[in-house]
Formats: sequence, C-alpha cells, structure tokens
Amino acid sequence: MNVLAGIGRTVLGFLQIIGSIALFAVDAVSHLLRPPFYPKEFFTQLGTIGFLSLPVVGLTALFTGGALALQIYAGGARFNAETVVPSIVAIGIVRELGPVLGGLMVAGRVAASIAAEIATMKVTEQIDALTTLSTHPMKYLTVPRVLAATLSLPILVGIGDIIGIMGGFLVGVTRLDFNAAAYMINTINFLEASDIISSLTMAACFGFIVATMGCYHGRNSGRGAQGVGRATTSAVVSASILILASNYIMTEVFFSA
Amino acid sequence: MIEMKDVHKAFGPKQILRGLNLKVDTGESLVIIGGSGTGKSVTLKCILGLLQPDSGTILLDGLDVQKAERDPFLAKFGMLFQGGALFDSLSVWQNVAFRLLRGSLKRPKEEAREIAIEKLRRVGLTPDVADQVPAELSGGMQKRVGLARAIAAEPDVIFFDEPTTGLDPIMAGVINDLIREIVVEMGATAMTITHDMTSVRAIADQVAMLHDGKIRWTGPIGDMDGCGDPYVDQFIHGKAEGPIAAVR
Repeated sequence: MNVLAGIGRTVLGFLQIIGSIALFAVDAVSHLLRPPFYPKEFFTQLGTIGFLSLPVVGLTALFTGGALALQIYAGGARFNAETVVPSIVAIGIVRELGPVLGGLMVAGRVAASIAAEIATMKVTEQIDALTTLSTHPMKYLTVPRVLAATLSLPILVGIGDIIGIMGGFLVGVTRLDFNAAAYMINTINFLEASDIISSLTMAACFGFIVATMGCYHGRNSGRGAQGVGRATTSAVVSASILILASNYIMTEVFFSA
Repeated sequence: MIEMKDVHKAFGPKQILRGLNLKVDTGESLVIIGGSGTGKSVTLKCILGLLQPDSGTILLDGLDVQKAERDPFLAKFGMLFQGGALFDSLSVWQNVAFRLLRGSLKRPKEEAREIAIEKLRRVGLTPDVADQVPAELSGGMQKRVGLARAIAAEPDVIFFDEPTTGLDPIMAGVINDLIREIVVEMGATAMTITHDMTSVRAIADQVAMLHDGKIRWTGPIGDMDGCGDPYVDQFIHGKAEGPIAAVR
C-alpha cells in the first residue's frame, strides 16, 4: 500500500506542476494582450535573447550541417545514393535539426539565464519591490521575455537553417567533390514552402517554451543560493523536455500523411 | 490611518499572525519590535497586499485594502526593503525614479532624473552616484538609495523593513536620523520593523511589541521602558531569561 501511495503522490505532484505551468502560461498570454506594455524591456530582451544567441545557434547549425553531409554521404554510398546529400541535408536541417537544436541551445543559454535572474530578484525582494512600485511583475518581467523569445527564435532558426545548409554545402563541395551549382540547385528545388513554415512555427513554439519555463521556475524558486541553482536546472531540463515532446507532436501535425 | 483587525495568516501548518490588532494614526511613526519569525515582515506585506491574510480586515483611511484598486492604493506607499531591493539592471537614478518613469505617475525623463537627483541629495548622496549601478555602491549607500526611492513619489505612508540591518553603528545612526527627518518633513505615516533598539528610540512615536502573532503591548515610546510588560522588558534589555523562549 505504501508503494501505491508513493506512486499516487508522485503522479499527483506531477499533475500539480503541469497545471501550475499551464496556468502560468495562460496568465502570461493574457497579460501579453493587456496594457501597460513595456517596449523598452521588450527590446532589451530581444537583444539579449535573440541577438546574443546568434553565435551559439549559428555554430551549432554550421557543424551539424557539415556532419550531416558526411553521414548521409557515407550512408548513401551503401546503396549508391550519394547524390541525395543536398536534398537530405536541406530537409534534415530545415524540418528537424535546425529548430530542435536551435531551441535546445537557446534553452541552455536563455532559460538558465532568465530563471537565475528572476530567482535572484525574488530572493532579494526585488519582485516585491516591483509590486510596491505599482508594476506588475508578470507584465514587466515575464511578458517582454516571452514575447522576445517567441519572436526571435524563428529569426534565429531561419538564420541557423541557412548556416546549416551552408555547412553541408561546404563539406559537400570541398570534401565530397560535389559541383557547387548543382548542390545549390538540388537544395533549392527540393525544399518546399511548407518545410520552411513548419520550421519557423516550431521555432516560435520553442521560443515560447524556453522563456515561459525560465520565468516560471524563476518566479517559483526556493530561498537562497540553492533555490536559485535548482530553479536554473529545472528551467533548462523542463524546457528541453518540452521542446522535444512538442517537436514530436508538431511533426505529427505537420507531416503525418 | 491604518487599522488591522483580527488578522490571521498561516503558511501551511505554521500560524504566523494569530488575530493581530493594530492602529497607526495619520502622520504617526509606529515601530514594531519583536523577535525573528514573529510575523513583523508578514504584517507589512499583508498591508501592502503582497500577501493575502487568511482572515481579518485591514483598513487604510477607512477603506478595505483588499477591495481597493491596486495602482492608486500602491501609489500611496513607499517602502525601504531590508536589503535595499534595488534593481541590478538599472542605474541608481532609474531606481530612484522608477515610479516616475512609468505608470500613472509618469513624468518626462529629464524631470524624473532631476527629481531622483534631488532625492539622492536629500539622503546625503552626491549627483555623481546617479549614473552608477547598485552593485558599485556600499551597503549604506544602497540603503540610502532605497530610502530615496521610497520617498521619490512623496507617498502618504512609508514602510521601513529593518532599515539598519547590516550597517555599522555610525551608518545606522545616519539612516535613523534621515528616516526621522524625512518622516517629520513629509508628514507621512511611517511603520518600521526592527530589532535595533537604537533605531526604535530614534524613529518611534509609538511602539508595538509583536510576539507569537499578536500585539503584546503598544504605547508611546516614552512609556516603553516602564511599561511593566515582561515580554517588552525582556526584548528591550536583550535578556536570555524571560517569557520569550530563547530558542524558537
């Protein structure tokens, strides 16, 4: 009976956390639509979350594109299908690896940073101070971060997709002796608008997840340095898991026949 | 006037406030004393609406604070937090003028900056501090900036949460004198929570002793030493023996 009670408690605790995150996300969205707005905070976050994540997303995409070209070439050689490298690199990067790896890299960088910042603000009473200064913490802290991440991730992933394809192109042309013009034509001809739309939609969703998880765990952190540390870890872990889970769901929605 | 009637507040099984009754007249400076964990900060947070009491009534000028519209209600308050609670990402003047740069009290940026510099000067800080960030300031300077922020919008009521904690005795004396001067000058109602008996004697018109979630004694500062209440006597003289358990 004790084992069953333990399992029951764990399940209930898990459901409670999911409910709490869902309510937090709904609250964030509802504040997104109601004034006052803080445009200065939004643009600051756009720079911090979007622009400063560009190197990490770009480098991830570049190396992934290159490695993917090598893998597909080696795998394709088993049944004389080396020529599929440009099209498979393009589809692999745009449909799957660009948004997922971009989302995960941003989760590591941004969710951790948001959670640590907001948790520290909570521990040092800065969030209480915001409230006493007639400023709603949800509007001032959460909304600018969620909006900035949701809008900047598609741009980041779009750039990452191009860099990833270029990584595959560089390896294809310099290491695998592909003709440069033929590689590019194959890539462009194979990609469809729906591939790009799905990639950017996924990215926007991942951006929302990353910022929401960072803000949620920051606002609900425990006391002291340990509380801040736990909030940071929880933000990255939960954002990463939600990105992977929602990636599967969105892939089913976009691409299942 | 602030009035608290039979206020209860618990966190899980831990009962913090157990029927707290308290009255602070307009323009009066009340200091709440009491040991750690007796509910002093919770009392202030309940008045501000940062925490919701489980039961009881809190009135500001006769109006129930829980039914009051939040923005106009909070505009009447200024608060100096224990650690300053300055925003790390903003410069000192932007911290001081926070309320003047957004919301219903918004002013043009230049005017807000001028007011911030004037308030910094009022708390003994020079204008060159205005463009620094809080991390560059000492603990005493951060308290002064927090004080400047609390008075920037000229509130009717100012709360001071442990204003001298962590400061050396000289700086503590400076902060106590500043609080007293500013409260008298502005004619504001002040509520201070502290353990520091020097602060109590410097700041208070009235003193309230909080113990076990209830007000044990309240009266004018002049009556405190001879009030005869064993809890007050033990607390103000820092005795280990007495009705207040040394280990809580």
